Amino acid sequence: MEGFLQQVVNGITLGSIYALMALGYTMVYGIIRLINFAHADVYMIGAYVGYFCMTFLNLGFLPSLVIAMFVCTVLGILIEKIAYRPLRNATRISVLITAIGVSLFLQYGMMFFVSANVRTYPEMTGIMTKSINMGNIVISMQQIILVSITIILMILLQFIVKKTKIGKAMRAVSMDKDAAELMGINVDSTISFTFGLGSALAGAAGVLVGVYYNTINPLMGTVPGLKAFIAAVFGGIGIIPGAMIGGYFIGAVEVLVAGYGNSMYRDAVVFAILILILIVKPSGLLGKNTREKV
Amino acid sequence: MLEVNNIDVHYGVIQALKGVSLKVNEGEIVVLIGANGAGKTTTLRTISGLKAPTQGTVFLNGVDITNTSAQERVKMGISHVPEGRRVFPGLTVLENLELGAFLRKDRDGIAQDLEMVYEHFPILRERRKQLAGTLSGGEQQMLAIGRALMSRPKILFLDEPSMGLAPILVQEIFDIKNNINKAVTTVLLVEQNANMALQIADRAYVMETGSIVLSGTGSELMRSEEIKKAYLGG
Repeated sequence: MEGFLQQVVNGITLGSIYALMALGYTMVYGIIRLINFAHADVYMIGAYVGYFCMTFLNLGFLPSLVIAMFVCTVLGILIEKIAYRPLRNATRISVLITAIGVSLFLQYGMMFFVSANVRTYPEMTGIMTKSINMGNIVISMQQIILVSITIILMILLQFIVKKTKIGKAMRAVSMDKDAAELMGINVDSTISFTFGLGSALAGAAGVLVGVYYNTINPLMGTVPGLKAFIAAVFGGIGIIPGAMIGGYFIGAVEVLVAGYGNSMYRDAVVFAILILILIVKPSGLLGKNTREKV
Repeated sequence: MLEVNNIDVHYGVIQALKGVSLKVNEGEIVVLIGANGAGKTTTLRTISGLKAPTQGTVFLNGVDITNTSAQERVKMGISHVPEGRRVFPGLTVLENLELGAFLRKDRDGIAQDLEMVYEHFPILRERRKQLAGTLSGGEQQMLAIGRALMSRPKILFLDEPSMGLAPILVQEIFDIKNNINKAVTTVLLVEQNANMALQIADRAYVMETGSIVLSGTGSELMRSEEIKKAYLGG
């Protein structure tokens, strides 16, 4: 039983990372129907910015986190402006291919500048080294901080989306772009804001992963990005609570499979979930088939 | 108030509008009638800023708005109820109405106008917490109109408000239109239902395959033999 609970703790930790990343995928898909393949690499760059801040600028964990989030916000907005906006009226496949191009550009660009070698985050000190023991279950402070930060960010996001004007604009644009324009909403700004928001969360995930798992490399985004995307699809692509639920579900499944099954299959099971959900309920857990009235 | 001068509009290589000109004076109800595909909706979309013309100009109150964004035009007093209602299905009736007032900052004024909309359309008050996507066609039309009124527009565009509605509801919408006149007096109405439209029009234009072929006062056109044969069933 205790082994199981320990796995649950680990699953929640991993799930938090997937949830943070899945939110970026789901928000962008919701607003412009694009699977932003470059999102995983914004996460990677966030991890590197955090590394840079902590190693070369000797900044603490929280300042590095904030700076990484800020840099990723700007990066996400730039990517949208340069690569996706010009294709606003192009076919969806063109934008998809462009997204893949941006992803490759970021990955190999990064490799050019920092080399393909793995980098290690600096040792944590103080509170970050402590842990709580409950019987045979160990919960590290890092895990608690990681999950707490994730929950705080998710609550902030819900607040922005549900209670602010820009949040309402985001929801309106994702439902009907033309009608939103006729309300006087600046669709371009709203889309930029959405990208910025999602990218900030990806940046946070990158730093949290760097601190928790220690090593980073330019290709670190690929597999987690894919799994986070699957999490978003599982919960219902375009639906924000769905991304949160999906993230934790995929995290839990992966950890349990690795812990109780064969850790060789941890990735395969996640992909199998994707295939299953697309066959059984493609709109995802929280997805509805909305019929439009004429 | 509104002047459209000789606009051409293309969708790629296809020309949808050829040299379309029309005027709407303050306080008028101007109607644009024509068969399906004549270019009526394209005309409205060009005036409200959703589509850019390849040639020609649009003036609002003497200001050239040909290259102004749709968002700016809303600020300048245009409100467009699009074809097919286009309410935000995942938002409640109240949230839809609030979005109509998106650009406004005067909370008291907005509350006042909300009351006004509820008075015109009592069913919206009843259903204010319901998701717009669950409303009937007629209710959605009322919501779309109410939403457009929430920006306190100077000129209102209505694109085929009767489409897809049962005849009794069409009566209601066109009757209510006289009530809408209390909120906004200048209206540009696009309709396939020529009968109803011409009855309430001050002036009207007739469109065919992208051009204006006839114009005059509402009563003139109702009496015209051509119009009677082509649009009013002989």
